[in-house]
Amino acid sequence: MLKPLTALGHETPQTVTIGPLRVTERFDIALSSLAVRRGRDKDLAKAAKSAGIPLPGPASAEAGDPWSAFWMTPEMWMIEAPHASHEDICAHLKSALGDAVSMTEQTDAWVRFDLDAPDLSPLMQRLTNLDLPAKPPGFAARTVIDHLGVYLIQRRASEITLYGPRASAQSLLHALEVAARSVY
Amino acid sequence: MTQSNRINPSIWGGQIDRAQNLTFSFDGRSYQGHPGDTLASALLANGVQLMGRSFKYHRPRGPLSSGSEEPNALVELRAGAAREPNTRATVAELFDGLTAASQNRWPSLTFDALSINDRLSAFFAAGFYYKTFMWPAAFWEKIYEPIIRRAAGLGAVSRLEDPDTYDKGFLHCDLLIIGAGPAGLMAALTAGRAGLRVILADEDFRMGGRLNAETFEISGQPGADWAAATMAELASLPNVRTMARTTVVGAFDHGIYSAVERVSDHLPTPLPGKPRQTLWRIYSAHALLTGGATERPIAFENNDRPGIMLAGALRTYANRWGVAVGDRVAIFTNNDDGLRSAADLQAKGVDIVAVIDSRTGGALLPGIRHLRGAQVIDTAGRLGLKSITVRADSGKIETISANALGVSGGWNPNVNITSHHRSKPMWRDDIAAFVPGEGGPANLHSAGAAAGHFSTHAALKSGAEAARVIAEAMGKQAPYVLPAAEDAPLSITPLWHVPHGKGRAWIDQQNDVTVKDIKLAHQENFTNVEHLKRYTTLGMATDQGKTSNVIGLALMAELTGQTIPQTGTTVYRPPYTPVAMGTLAGRSRGKDFKPFRLTPSHKWAREQGAVFVEVGNWMRTQWIAKPGETTWRQSVDREVLQTRASVGICDVTTLGKIDIQGTDAGLLLDRVYANTFSTLPVGKCRYGLMLREDGMVFDDGTTARMGNHEYVMTTTTANAVTVFRHLEFCRQCLWPDLDVQLISTTEAWAQYSVAGPNARKLLAKIVDQDICDAAFPYMGAGNITVCGGLRARLFRISFSGELAYEIAVPTRYGDALIRALVEAGGEFDAVVYGTETLGVLRIEKGHVAGGELNGQSSALNMGLGKMVSKKKDSIGMAMSLREGMNDPGGYWLVGVRPVDPAAGLSAGSHFLPLGAAPTSAHDGGWLTSKVFSPHLGCDIALGYLKAGDQKIGTRMRAVNFLTKTDTEVDIVSPHFFDPEGARLRA
Repeated sequence: MLKPLTALGHETPQTVTIGPLRVTERFDIALSSLAVRRGRDKDLAKAAKSAGIPLPGPASAEAGDPWSAFWMTPEMWMIEAPHASHEDICAHLKSALGDAVSMTEQTDAWVRFDLDAPDLSPLMQRLTNLDLPAKPPGFAARTVIDHLGVYLIQRRASEITLYGPRASAQSLLHALEVAARSVY
Repeated sequence: MTQSNRINPSIWGGQIDRAQNLTFSFDGRSYQGHPGDTLASALLANGVQLMGRSFKYHRPRGPLSSGSEEPNALVELRAGAAREPNTRATVAELFDGLTAASQNRWPSLTFDALSINDRLSAFFAAGFYYKTFMWPAAFWEKIYEPIIRRAAGLGAVSRLEDPDTYDKGFLHCDLLIIGAGPAGLMAALTAGRAGLRVILADEDFRMGGRLNAETFEISGQPGADWAAATMAELASLPNVRTMARTTVVGAFDHGIYSAVERVSDHLPTPLPGKPRQTLWRIYSAHALLTGGATERPIAFENNDRPGIMLAGALRTYANRWGVAVGDRVAIFTNNDDGLRSAADLQAKGVDIVAVIDSRTGGALLPGIRHLRGAQVIDTAGRLGLKSITVRADSGKIETISANALGVSGGWNPNVNITSHHRSKPMWRDDIAAFVPGEGGPANLHSAGAAAGHFSTHAALKSGAEAARVIAEAMGKQAPYVLPAAEDAPLSITPLWHVPHGKGRAWIDQQNDVTVKDIKLAHQENFTNVEHLKRYTTLGMATDQGKTSNVIGLALMAELTGQTIPQTGTTVYRPPYTPVAMGTLAGRSRGKDFKPFRLTPSHKWAREQGAVFVEVGNWMRTQWIAKPGETTWRQSVDREVLQTRASVGICDVTTLGKIDIQGTDAGLLLDRVYANTFSTLPVGKCRYGLMLREDGMVFDDGTTARMGNHEYVMTTTTANAVTVFRHLEFCRQCLWPDLDVQLISTTEAWAQYSVAGPNARKLLAKIVDQDICDAAFPYMGAGNITVCGGLRARLFRISFSGELAYEIAVPTRYGDALIRALVEAGGEFDAVVYGTETLGVLRIEKGHVAGGELNGQSSALNMGLGKMVSKKKDSIGMAMSLREGMNDPGGYWLVGVRPVDPAAGLSAGSHFLPLGAAPTSAHDGGWLTSKVFSPHLGCDIALGYLKAGDQKIGTRMRAVNFLTKTDTEVDIVSPHFFDPEGARLRA
């Protein structure tokens, strides 16, 4: 069997600590986009509800077990599930949602970094123009960090998830490190 | 004695920590100052008034002001790579070990050889460049300009890389308050108590504005103490952020302001990892300008000597820093504020030799020689003021010994930021100054002295009231109680310049612009303020005329007989004060200028010593040298030959991949591609040609049908983003009724091309399914598994003319797959090739790429005209039918070979008929891409040639003026290799 590498190019995910900040690379999440097909909103809502797949509203994320999700754009979500049990995530979703949706595997299109620190706001002020202190837990948005398009989920004030382009994982981590060193 | 000009601490302490000494140097000489000092205050405390030489005449100059408006005291701070020229000594915060040097002088500040310019001033009047150096024109760049630049200028950059780092960031607030004087503090207190998210920014390192420079009381306590207490309360409010050392430098759209925070400028070196400065972008719902006002001088003969400064600055040095600039001080004023300077200094034991008050009425200052209706008409003292000449109201002329003179011509509200959107300030006669006009940036308000409210009471009140109104607009109540404070009027009678004698009276000290220059501009009809500025340089350079603009235009108004508002002002633009280039760059420098994208095989390729090339943000393998190969050509030739002889592997992950799903996915493809895709069977690929609306080729690539309503489109690497954006535009804006969903999967799959006669044999070793020609025919596509069950995709497509496949696995397995392919390919002598070999293979096969997809070429030009289906409508189809697009004499893709195989070709060469002169009239087209073909043993190329399809088999010249080559070439088919395509269908 072929051996996988993380987005940072290691066999196991990395954790970087700078002062109170911890950046953890996550390698254990499967991702799929979910886009409702034209006129099938109700079919999707019904099927998702019975399958326990959250479909949060604009600019928000909802965590669950095994399914979590964040809103991407009108009528489109990114669905998260444990990689160990849902590696072929689209097959799982297909059986739950049928042809009401289009879904595309996105697991390896992204690198996921989980950030935690008692106060992340000084760091995030240097990285994104989002007004995070004014946003509630579960806020999710697309933003730009050092020229990279990134999905940001504010789990709580002290925990933020970033999904950045996988091919630029090292650049994104470097951007986090440089900004963190000027803060912490 | 050190710090001989400090006021005795038993009389006045100032806001410095006299218990601690800081050692610093200026022009190599060591001095001492205290925490809380600026470089200027510390030098003045040590009796140093001479701090610089003027721009043009090299006149000795000392500080004119005590703030960021300073035109004269510009110095070089720090040494070596960290040296920063043109820094204002008046705002440079003193620290232990600070090194400063004067600039624009040689060999020394006290003896400057170029002060000869001062003696030759008659030749250097405004416009002298334009009059003197017009002829001969060729001399300007090489001779005149270098001489002028050497003689006139500011500081010199170190020419070394800046060792410090800079940061950037984003802040949000309900109310941004610009300036922490009495109005700003009161506004922050009112808004902060009401619960608004407030940012209070001030350029000074000590918040309080003029309260730190005055002796006024607020609520019975010194103003500076009230400011400190207010700051303490603001610090306790979690919704208020106070930012000292932060200058708001510009107003932009939608409530956005830029601000520079000097994080480490007050330290010898930044702390590890910390930036020197941070550029903030501040998003505000409302902003309040409380930036105070700047005092202006009065122009009179020789008004620029060291020791002559603004009267308000003179008392600031005394009140804030405990410095008496001179021990025999005179004041020249046209308003009551000037009298305060005299009173404050006298209270500190300074000898006030005279107050020269140009006004004739009013009360006299007690205990001071107060000359009413008098004017200063001249001064003396080469390197520092020695005396002033005064003309009394009676006309009597008197010389008075003085080593410091404070001048007050009134105060200009700092309206700059309100005019950053081109709003014109309004003139107010009662204060003889401009105040913010109508039509400034939306939701930008002004209060305090910046709005023309000069008394402390008026400043406090206007700040509180502005905050209350803003809070109410945001749905919050903001009651306030005003503390008691003075409310004295300014009482000004304007006096702009003293008309006397023939000497020079300075208006703009930074640019050496005098009253005579303004008169000359008027005489030569440069009377419009914008012309006045360009002709005389009034208001240019680092201070942007903060102390000089209004006097200059007032003088022009006098000369033209217009009013000051009729004369108008020039336009204020960001930044308010100078900003270092490094600050604008922030973290984006060197390798951090842009992010990189690494391919799935990057780690493996680096281990092999691959040479990488930047392709957009991607780092692609260009070639991989083997031991013994000393030139890139050796490596590339080997990669090409091995691929065509057996099998080659190439990382093609960088090609854009777009997942297109929905019941109308095929219909969308039919509309965006020139050829048809809705009829493509499931499990097959097709080459697609995408046109722009104007009929020119936009992009190409293969698209595979993976299911009934599911396609995977590939794009060129360069156009991956633009094609995706185009499809989204089509889907969302042109045809929102279609049931189509899109998402990029470029980085989700690691994709490798496996090409060559042994491609199938190699893949058969790792693919779990049968991929014989019958099971997986040419242009087949499908989901497969590899290496015992890993999900993968296989496409039988070729960009090389060889039997070829592209195999894709989830990206995390990309590294393992390249290693597996290399291992499995060992028995076939498989080679991994880079972009150079990719280029050779595709040109040998005649495939178009970047050089041909140049945005100016149609399908017909590329020999692909038949691909544009007339059976359906598609973007660009209608335009491609136009006559001009079907000109038989138009450009046609051709192949090119040198007649002499040893001769080289160069891309960009133009085709000319044999014997024709190399002129554009004979230009037949151009050579787009060129490589060396190891199979043909010579350079080969593609090119666009007029009526090229009819010129196959002819001979032309390829001429390149840049590479100075002129090569005889054969025009041939663009398909150099296997034109029948037998190999790729094998």
